[in-house]
Amino acid sequence: MGSEALKLETNHAYVSNRNSCKLCAPLGACFAFRGVEGCIPLIHGSQGCATYIRRYGISHFREPIDIASSNFTETSAIFGGKQNLSTALDNVTRQYKPSVVGIASTCLSETIGDNVDMYISEYKKIREDAPALIYAATPSYSGSHMDGYHEALWALVKTLTDPEAEKGNAINLISGFVSTEDLRELHAILSSFGLSYTLLPDYSESLDGGSWEDYQKMPVGGTPVADIKAMGKAEATIYLGKAVKQERNAGYYLQNEFDIPLYSLDLPIGIELTDRFFEALEEATGNPMPTYWAKARSRLVDAYIDGHKYCSGKKAIVYGDEDFVCAMVSFLDEIGISTPLVATGAPSASFKKRIKALVRNGEAPEEILDDTDFETMLELAGGIKPELVIGNSKGYYLARNLHIPHVRCSFPIHDRIGGQRVLHLGYRGALHLFDEICNALMQAKQEAAHSGYTYI
Amino acid sequence: MEDQYTPGMEEDFKAEILEKYPSKLKKKRSRQIVINNIDDNGDVPQIHANTRTTPGILTMRGCSYAGCKGVVLGPTRDILQITHGPIGCGFYSWLTRRNQTRPETETSANYMPYAMSTDLQEEEIIFGGEKKLKAAIDEAVALFNPKAIGIFSTCPVGLIGDDVHAVAREMEAKYPHINIFGFSCEGYKGVSQSAGHHVANNKVFTDVVGLDDTPKEGKFRFNILGEYNIGGDAFEIERVVEKCGLTLHSTFSGNSNYQEFVSAHTVDLNTVMCHRSINYLAEMMETKYGIPWFKINFIGADATAKSLLKIAQFFGDKDLIAQTQKVIDEEMAKVKVVRDEVKARCEGKTAALFVGGSRAHHYQELFAEIGMKTIAAGYEFAHRDDYEGRKVMPSIVVDADSRNIEELTVTADPERYKQRKSDAEMEQFKKDGFAFEDYTGMMGDMENKALVIDDLNHYELEKLIEHMHPDIICAGIKEKYVVQKQGIPMKQLHSYDYMGPFAGFEGAINFYKEIDRLVHSKVFGLTKAPWETSPELSGLYGWNA
Repeated sequence: MGSEALKLETNHAYVSNRNSCKLCAPLGACFAFRGVEGCIPLIHGSQGCATYIRRYGISHFREPIDIASSNFTETSAIFGGKQNLSTALDNVTRQYKPSVVGIASTCLSETIGDNVDMYISEYKKIREDAPALIYAATPSYSGSHMDGYHEALWALVKTLTDPEAEKGNAINLISGFVSTEDLRELHAILSSFGLSYTLLPDYSESLDGGSWEDYQKMPVGGTPVADIKAMGKAEATIYLGKAVKQERNAGYYLQNEFDIPLYSLDLPIGIELTDRFFEALEEATGNPMPTYWAKARSRLVDAYIDGHKYCSGKKAIVYGDEDFVCAMVSFLDEIGISTPLVATGAPSASFKKRIKALVRNGEAPEEILDDTDFETMLELAGGIKPELVIGNSKGYYLARNLHIPHVRCSFPIHDRIGGQRVLHLGYRGALHLFDEICNALMQAKQEAAHSGYTYI
Repeated sequence: MEDQYTPGMEEDFKAEILEKYPSKLKKKRSRQIVINNIDDNGDVPQIHANTRTTPGILTMRGCSYAGCKGVVLGPTRDILQITHGPIGCGFYSWLTRRNQTRPETETSANYMPYAMSTDLQEEEIIFGGEKKLKAAIDEAVALFNPKAIGIFSTCPVGLIGDDVHAVAREMEAKYPHINIFGFSCEGYKGVSQSAGHHVANNKVFTDVVGLDDTPKEGKFRFNILGEYNIGGDAFEIERVVEKCGLTLHSTFSGNSNYQEFVSAHTVDLNTVMCHRSINYLAEMMETKYGIPWFKINFIGADATAKSLLKIAQFFGDKDLIAQTQKVIDEEMAKVKVVRDEVKARCEGKTAALFVGGSRAHHYQELFAEIGMKTIAAGYEFAHRDDYEGRKVMPSIVVDADSRNIEELTVTADPERYKQRKSDAEMEQFKKDGFAFEDYTGMMGDMENKALVIDDLNHYELEKLIEHMHPDIICAGIKEKYVVQKQGIPMKQLHSYDYMGPFAGFEGAINFYKEIDRLVHSKVFGLTKAPWETSPELSGLYGWNA
């Protein structure tokens, strides 16, 4: 086996990554950039990165995803990509007329030490009418797609917020990586509080739009740039997702620079975490929760009571991004499903602690793994005898090997239709997940039953 | 806006596209967008191909790593593949091409659903990743004890000074029973995935083919090069060639295994499906081992029949030829029933194909079989020879991007070179009009004045739809939704939209039915809501009228 020194650096038994449970940083940055109105992502590196990320994102969102590239050659890999970046910016601007270009670096440009900040400032001197240029440093040898996602949000806020901006929206809601339906749910929740708000990013339309009447060069939708510019004028920021590093937390930046109170919350999945989200909204807006949501909550509790016998005492494997897994574990704990194995692909110092704090009713998971992969999960799963697998499509083979149902959540989902619009957040999200989970368990029970009765 | 394609609109289209480009780009694209003016000698115009995409232009192309790991080696099931680099590339190439495979037994090795990566971190980018790569190889051996291990380099590998070939040699010395080899397929090399194909061909030729002189049993043994078993194509081809009495020794690389590769030089004939991705291997095997090769095509029922007969005629056995003809007659009877039915509905409709290095050519056959006309086509990553035919190869200018891909110098193997056919036999073949090393390219098979576009980009695709209104467009997943959003059916020819097979006779039947379904789908009619009266719409969705 591998050398001992190397082995100690990882939480999995192997030095190599065997069936990865994480993607690379530029991918996350590109999706965040797609959530800004008039913004086109541009990857600074090999064209293959843009192609792979487009190809992969499209298989989940089933939507066109344009990502430009600075197309490094062997020469640029040796002498630097300044000229390539400048040509790429010229061409992208000419074709798309974007208001923002979101530049994400790659392992290639970072390895050779390309100083993109300097390239940008030099470019702006030559092209005074250039669109706003945002730079997210996203070397794929550091962190995962989630780090790239948060990095891009931080870069957007840091670069665009304008201290001189006139009045902004009352509430900043900065969301972790959630589905397009989740973003629409956040819109519904925020609008119902009757105050103006900025939702960043907002790819609810740009990555899940309708059929076109006319060709759309830039997709409709996204957070308006003017709103981002004025985020420093808001009364409060709510940041959904806690896995973000403090120095790359856009909400923390707004707190430091503009004195805006920050509510740092888990993704609102399940009753408990959604309650906390609504409490924060009530406090930040000074308005009470509209009765619509109180009724949704009540309906959810009613459903928990109706379906409890199907899920109580079951065991599930949950994997994916840290924030998704944490919130999902909290919800599962609420409905009586224990999670003996929870896993996330990226290294994290906070994962164990967060999971333990979120399991309030049942027992804490035996295995809480960060920096792990699907093969490690499969090897551990045998001893755990789970009854359900919860997470993205890449873990389907766990369910197949273990002969148990798989409820698809989060990202990526490319073996079901509608993967991009799975609703997870809020009371209605919890209701949807609850139905999905109970139904998956009921179907498994029904198929295994001798009688084949339709009352189950 | 015009509703229907009319011949002659290509010139206007080209002019309008070019008008918007800045002068340098205009000059480049004007040589890549070509009206197929075929002259009296049957010669096609020159096209500018295999040149680097301009930065900032939304290309369909991928990278060298994708061509090497994803395309050529990906479909092989029992070479354990390790991606050496940060995590992204290994993840993105994990089963996304949907190649299929059938291990010999339930317990036979199949590593295709398995994605191993060294997942390089910042420390290794600074201090080097060789130690981690060696550890990964140790782990691969402990886990699977595979017959062979391939190491695939991603962008940073060469730059941080990792020598994957030295690591391969060292680890092979440690595990002498395992063949370990590395590929320098860093993503920035070359202009597209095509560079990676070449890198893969070279290594497979030097380190894999020729290690075992044991032939498979069978009288008429041949290989198929450049068939990747998307959607089960190789299974259909295997079914048909077996029925004819041929012995398919190895496919590079759909439904293949390592043992077939190492003994692939024992056959008497190499046939080439995808010329672009694998012609290098065919040429090198001919020089070293004396195996003649010719181009075949199993996409299209008529093309399949023609290819089967050519293979049978090469072996020259009367019974084989008779049996092959019998199989063709049997299969074509079934094909004809569906073809006639579908053709009645699809005749006169138009298609545009922008895909691959051979698919944009091959699939024109299938469309023609149901009476559909290909009004525009182009490749993503092909070279001039794939457009204009191999005769232009000596005149191709090698630019800096291609120069860094090694060209191997190959000589005849002193012991194993064996001429498969005598000079007299080869002379007779030629007299009979039987061509070897014979790819004549896509453009010669297309209609005079048809539109040919290399490395089509998003902007041009939009214009193409606006001007030419094809009834269906075939490309890849990156183009799929941009086409469908505009109300035009789209068929992916990389992944087949997870359908297939489309090769051979049964594949042709599947394809006819699929195209019939797509071009007659009523769903696009729903895009216009009852309250919308804009006359623009009926024009835009004119295909449905």
